[in-house]
Amino acid sequence: MRNKLLLFIFCFILKPSISYSVVEIDITRGNLDPLPISISPFFTDNNSEKIIKKNLDIDNLGLEISKVIENNLRKTGLFDTLDKEAFLQKPDIAHLKPRFEDWALIKSQVLITGKVTSKIINEKDYIRIEFKLWDVLGAKMIDGFSLTTVPTNWRRVGHKISDKVYERLTGESGYFDTRIIYVAEEGPKTQRVKKLAIMDQDGFNTKYLTLGNELVLTPRFNPTNQMVTYLSYFRNMPRVYLLNIETGKQQVVGDFPGMTFAPRFSPDGKKIIMSLAKDGNSEIWVRNLETNIQEKLTDHPSIDTSPSYSPDGKYITFNSDRSGYQQIYVMRSDGSKVKRISFGKGIYGTPVWSPRGDLIAFTKLHKGKFFIGVMRTDGTGERLLTENFYQEAPSWSPNGRIIIFYRETKTDEKGQGFSAKLWSIDLTGYNERLVLTETDASDPSWSSLLGN
Amino acid sequence: MNLSKILKNAFLVVIFGLIVTACATKKSVKTTTESSTTTKAAETQKADPIEKLDALMQGDVYIGSDTVGELASGVPDRVFFATNETILTTASRETLRKQAAWLRQNSDVTVVVEGHADERGTREYNLALGERRANAAKDYLMTYGVSSDRIKVLSYGKERPVDSGSNPLSWSKNRRSVTVKAN
Repeated sequence: MRNKLLLFIFCFILKPSISYSVVEIDITRGNLDPLPISISPFFTDNNSEKIIKKNLDIDNLGLEISKVIENNLRKTGLFDTLDKEAFLQKPDIAHLKPRFEDWALIKSQVLITGKVTSKIINEKDYIRIEFKLWDVLGAKMIDGFSLTTVPTNWRRVGHKISDKVYERLTGESGYFDTRIIYVAEEGPKTQRVKKLAIMDQDGFNTKYLTLGNELVLTPRFNPTNQMVTYLSYFRNMPRVYLLNIETGKQQVVGDFPGMTFAPRFSPDGKKIIMSLAKDGNSEIWVRNLETNIQEKLTDHPSIDTSPSYSPDGKYITFNSDRSGYQQIYVMRSDGSKVKRISFGKGIYGTPVWSPRGDLIAFTKLHKGKFFIGVMRTDGTGERLLTENFYQEAPSWSPNGRIIIFYRETKTDEKGQGFSAKLWSIDLTGYNERLVLTETDASDPSWSSLLGN
Repeated sequence: MNLSKILKNAFLVVIFGLIVTACATKKSVKTTTESSTTTKAAETQKADPIEKLDALMQGDVYIGSDTVGELASGVPDRVFFATNETILTTASRETLRKQAAWLRQNSDVTVVVEGHADERGTREYNLALGERRANAAKDYLMTYGVSSDRIKVLSYGKERPVDSGSNPLSWSKNRRSVTVKAN
């Protein structure tokens, strides 16, 4: 009973993000009471340890997996991950049957245990990982699973367990078994070299997808598979491209008589919306990747760009300066019923529809400062989440709880000190974090949850 | 309206005074530029900071010669724009008329007009804005007799600044369209 109450309270704490109060970030900060959780190192028997060491050159894979989970959960700001030094019970015994008093003693309310075993299937090495989620106060197991995979997949196993725990304890779907594609940047500000890069959501396994020979910008994931659309200046012809990140195959999207840019997939992944700039006028177009039919959706002498579909595919939000300044508009996906929705002070750009459908994230410039904010799809309930010298390009986590964006620093009087970094912030305005990348980074796009 | 503009200018002048003082030592004057601009820039160096800024920006359009290269001898290669604007100033039109005259005399030359924006805008909007600026220059060149098939436009948005500073003077140098020989 007490356990149920605990979970109820926890869900309740998460709830305020869905209400639309005007957030005064600093005033309400600190109201969150993170849930104390212990993540026991996963037990590995001696024989398995030897085989895994041979395969992966990792001494204690069970410990490493528990660290992946710990890192994921801690960064949500919702969990207080307790220090492993304080754990009284050995991993193998805890996994069999925890002595709940011991875990309660260190104030842990939830416990994660697990076991890693090496397996041979068809003469190939695999790892089998078993995990259990325990309610310490209720003294019982509340969730768990086991899965078998190739050894190199071990980090993903940690992410899948994190997703399960997050889902079980918050009632929301997770976002840990995902990847982020972005533009890796190097070199002086006047001659930046940019490459497409992809990494796991927690910053590991970075891979570079282009060499940096040509300028590349604004990569975006297909929400249904591992395809990416982006802008490349290949042969000095800025065009929207499609890239299969598994095969490396890329191709130009469509045949347009001018620069195409600002691409984004439709929710079903079958279409790409983008801008076409020609003779000083940018309009929004859609191209169906199956039928190869392309269609112009806006018709106005102003700049129309940064289009983004609603998750049901029925509407498109976009950026236009038809009123004289950049503002956010919504129209039906056939281009009809165009309606301006942003009316606050300042100029607005980069509208991105939330995967939940109820909010639009945007960039706002007001009095020389850049803000990332959200508003309802009719433009009401504007909330600014973060303010800085320069930041833009919000992208939603697949569960719609977190926004990732990039931030650039002001240079000093000598023009030195420029940097571009990825940051994330909760929809509530809490928990702003630097997302670590190997190089400078911009234009992040968050993938959907990966399949199996 | 005029009053507010004057106030705005006065405000900008006060703000940039310090910046310009700080930058004074590194401000180099291109010796290759035409003699009249060189003289003007030389005068600027002697003047006090406030007058100096006046000589570099009009409203927020850059009117100095730093970063300006040549399409041909005596023909400046670039024109500058106000924030979020694509309107050509009197000075810009003069520059473009010189470019058009030179292009009419050298009919085998084709050019790329590269449009740029400053860093104070979102990436995608700036790509569109750069394209719009490049086309404003292209249209003017066409008005003065250069055929459209000799002029390609290419927008870089905010991707290729010439000045890495984060201040209004640097931004004014980056809001530009540059005519570059393509052959």
